[in-house]
Amino acid sequence: MKLKTKQSVVGWTFIIPFLIVVLCMLFIPLAYAYYLSSHQNTLVGGNKFVWFSNYKTVFTDPLFLEGLKRVALFGLIQIPLMLGIALIAALVLDTVNSKMAKVFRLIAFLPYAVPAVVGALMWGFLDSNTFGPFGKILLHLGFKSVDLFAPSAFIYTIGNIVTWAWTGYNMIVIYSALRGLPRDAYESALIDGASQVQIARYIKIPAIKNALILTFIFCVIGTMQIYTEPSILSRYTQAVSLGYTPNIYAYSLAFSQSQFNYSAAVSFALALVVFIASYGFFAYNRRRESQS
Amino acid sequence: MTLLETNENQSNVQDNRRKSGYLNPKSKFADVVMFFGVIYFMIPLVWIVVASTKTKNDLFQTFSLGFGHSNSFFTNIAATFRQDNGAFGHWLFNTLFYAVTAAFLSTVTATMAGYSLAHFKYRGSRLVESLILGMVMVPGTALVMPLYLLFAKIHLVNTIWSVILPSVLNPFGAFLMRVYITNSVPEEMLQAARIDRASEFKIFFRIVLPILKPALLTVFLFSLVASWNNYFLPLVMLSSEKLYPLAVGLNTWFGQASQYTADQTLYNCVIDGALIAIVPLIISFIFLQKYWRGGLTAGAVK
Repeated sequence: MKLKTKQSVVGWTFIIPFLIVVLCMLFIPLAYAYYLSSHQNTLVGGNKFVWFSNYKTVFTDPLFLEGLKRVALFGLIQIPLMLGIALIAALVLDTVNSKMAKVFRLIAFLPYAVPAVVGALMWGFLDSNTFGPFGKILLHLGFKSVDLFAPSAFIYTIGNIVTWAWTGYNMIVIYSALRGLPRDAYESALIDGASQVQIARYIKIPAIKNALILTFIFCVIGTMQIYTEPSILSRYTQAVSLGYTPNIYAYSLAFSQSQFNYSAAVSFALALVVFIASYGFFAYNRRRESQS
Repeated sequence: MTLLETNENQSNVQDNRRKSGYLNPKSKFADVVMFFGVIYFMIPLVWIVVASTKTKNDLFQTFSLGFGHSNSFFTNIAATFRQDNGAFGHWLFNTLFYAVTAAFLSTVTATMAGYSLAHFKYRGSRLVESLILGMVMVPGTALVMPLYLLFAKIHLVNTIWSVILPSVLNPFGAFLMRVYITNSVPEEMLQAARIDRASEFKIFFRIVLPILKPALLTVFLFSLVASWNNYFLPLVMLSSEKLYPLAVGLNTWFGQASQYTADQTLYNCVIDGALIAIVPLIISFIFLQKYWRGGLTAGAVK
């Protein structure tokens, strides 16, 4: 009994600093965001508690929905594409061990070290027809030069930057998971004459399912929050509207329109959507796993 | 004799496979594809190195992936540090200071939490553990606006703490640490130390921490990069240029440079400043590769 009490005291002592940070930097802001968004300043009634009516406004606000739809659609295409490339690259790195593979493993990971602002700046220069090489190369080859900042093309420009920045990171996560697998599992498969593709398909990929789910969830969380790239590059293009992404909308609500409460409501709504999507996906996979 | 030889051959084959990671380890096709991959990932980095050496005129007039007529790298770097009364030096120092402080505090809290969850059972420990996974899934930027409003109330907005404190939150670090500690610090070792009447803090500092060295460095590096690269948080929190980190400062310059009336040497400052902003992290990547991958493994396993 005494030992148990001591265990609790020591255990709590070690976790208290972390919990204080969580309380102050996570729970209180979330509660405050909810509090703000559930109150409405009216001329007649003063500060009034309105439950969820602000959320009804948020989720029917065409500007919020426009941004949400855009990032969702963007993620639907970009995430599988990027993770597909990352997975194939990781599988190749796990089998091939040439010098080139080592160089590739390092270089592909480097963009992760580049701040998103700098990444956006660099690609902004490269993609612009004033500074960049692509327009000139296309002209030289006899094509019409393309404006990568035209409203219709801009989303692809963003897609390229995000893919450049995150493919290597995800590749390394997946590669690390592959390296952690026991090697003898596919030794016997090899001896039985299985091809590398079959081994990847039937042994390796199922074995690293958890790592794949994790990378997928992190990609979803990151994509829904996208702000930096379109915001930095908005100088080059007409494409970035007020509600281009939910975070751009939240920022401009607060700092160009001084609608702080509504901005907090938009933030909270975004957090809710992201949380439900990622946690739901996670729980779904866990349940499926425990059933099978 | 023949039997022996075959055996030897077989074991040779197996040895080769073990060394080379199994089958077609020298695939030419894969090498070619990876070569193009390397080019793709390198283009912006090559560009920025090349551009950082160009004069203003060369920047606009010469081919962007080739060097200019003259090398003005050091002139540009000097100009970058002189611009706006040495603003860049402040930004560089701020970035370093914010990132190191936040990474240090977040590593400390995450490590202690991970240790607590891995080796102590008490009321609430289960709850905290399941909450951590949920916390990882709360998007960080969604907390920024509410934090800004809260900080405004207690006069923390536009101080260094408004950027550092939110970056200390690191549930993923706690999760990584918990996994790592469970796998690498055996319960029996702690029990033995307790029998020797070592105090709990002595056990933590003398026995547990030394084992955790690689994981500590990994969690530190990841939180360092996260706050080094953060843009949205300082953008919202800070209004005086003196407190800006590089990300916000460079973008301010970029904004000024893109105005038609602007002095276009600012473009050189943005480019050379951006180069300086990425060099420290890239060097740390190359020399600390092992630790980067180490942390990712721990995260990937569970």
